[in-house]
Amino acid sequence: MEQPPEDWRRVRTAVLRDAIGIGVATGAYALSFGAISTTSGLSVVQTCALSLVMFSGASQYALVGVLGSGGAALAAAATAVLLGTRNALYGLRLAPLLDVHGVRKVVAAQLVIDESTAMSLGRPSDRANRLGFWATGISVFILWNLGTLIGALGAHALSDPRKVGLDAAAPAAFLALLAPRVRSRTAVGVALLAAAIAIGSVPFVPVGGPVLVAALVAIVVGAVTRAAPSEPPADLPASGPA
Amino acid sequence: MWLAILAGSAGCYALKLAGLSVPRRVLGNARVGHISNMLPVALLATLVAVQTFTSGTHLGVDARVGGLGAAFVAVLLRAPFLVVVALAVGVTALLRLAH
Repeated sequence: MEQPPEDWRRVRTAVLRDAIGIGVATGAYALSFGAISTTSGLSVVQTCALSLVMFSGASQYALVGVLGSGGAALAAAATAVLLGTRNALYGLRLAPLLDVHGVRKVVAAQLVIDESTAMSLGRPSDRANRLGFWATGISVFILWNLGTLIGALGAHALSDPRKVGLDAAAPAAFLALLAPRVRSRTAVGVALLAAAIAIGSVPFVPVGGPVLVAALVAIVVGAVTRAAPSEPPADLPASGPA
Repeated sequence: MWLAILAGSAGCYALKLAGLSVPRRVLGNARVGHISNMLPVALLATLVAVQTFTSGTHLGVDARVGGLGAAFVAVLLRAPFLVVVALAVGVTALLRLAH
């Protein structure tokens, strides 16, 4: 289903406007990532490298969160990867739409995130959906990295980030990321159970360990329960930034 | 630090590429979907709890708890992401000042 050229121009303008708007919003939220990352002890270069090569908000926050509290490198990496599993499911949904191969596929894969997936849905044509994916992916990529750099430099200039309360920024960010995903009773149960087990295990496992204990809880509970009707499909992004 | 950054990034990229490459029937079933919905819930809830109540391997309560309380109220009121984070930071800083 393709439209005549004048319709396409209007659709294209609307898609590009949305893509830039979402880029600006995520760029603003990259400021907080940059600040949290340097507060956690990463250098400005390491912080920017994360936004360039990992490019997945929740995974990046988790990685610097675990490292910042003194966790082992592999525990931090594993937490980030576990949080990135949803991107694989987004890819499943995007593959037939994008139909990319070779170099374009290598580039497209890096841009598979919540925002680009959300913007590739529900447009009047596949062409518009594809544009939504690419325009949003590129716009968010540029502004996410720019925001990270500014946030990192800003927090780096502070002599004692704890004094201004920046050590509370990371858990608050996790709370805001969690909220849109807790829609069913099972999800609330998993959240409370995981938090309780994690707190209980803090004195007994190395730093970063409680997060991996929580992942096991999720896998076990996920395997023995069924998705509630209110649970969003796993290959659709939860509303809100991530 | 670099080990975590590179290993984590490689893993995240591999997952993104796998989604675009793997046939749908391999990962497309409902149970895999449900588990991958529960994973971020458990991980994020744990990160909230651990980063609010611990320093290293010690449990404890400090000004962060007040900041997170404010953030929780903001989340209930559906405040935007940056407002939630800024409130937590501001309240924590004020509580530390008051001490």
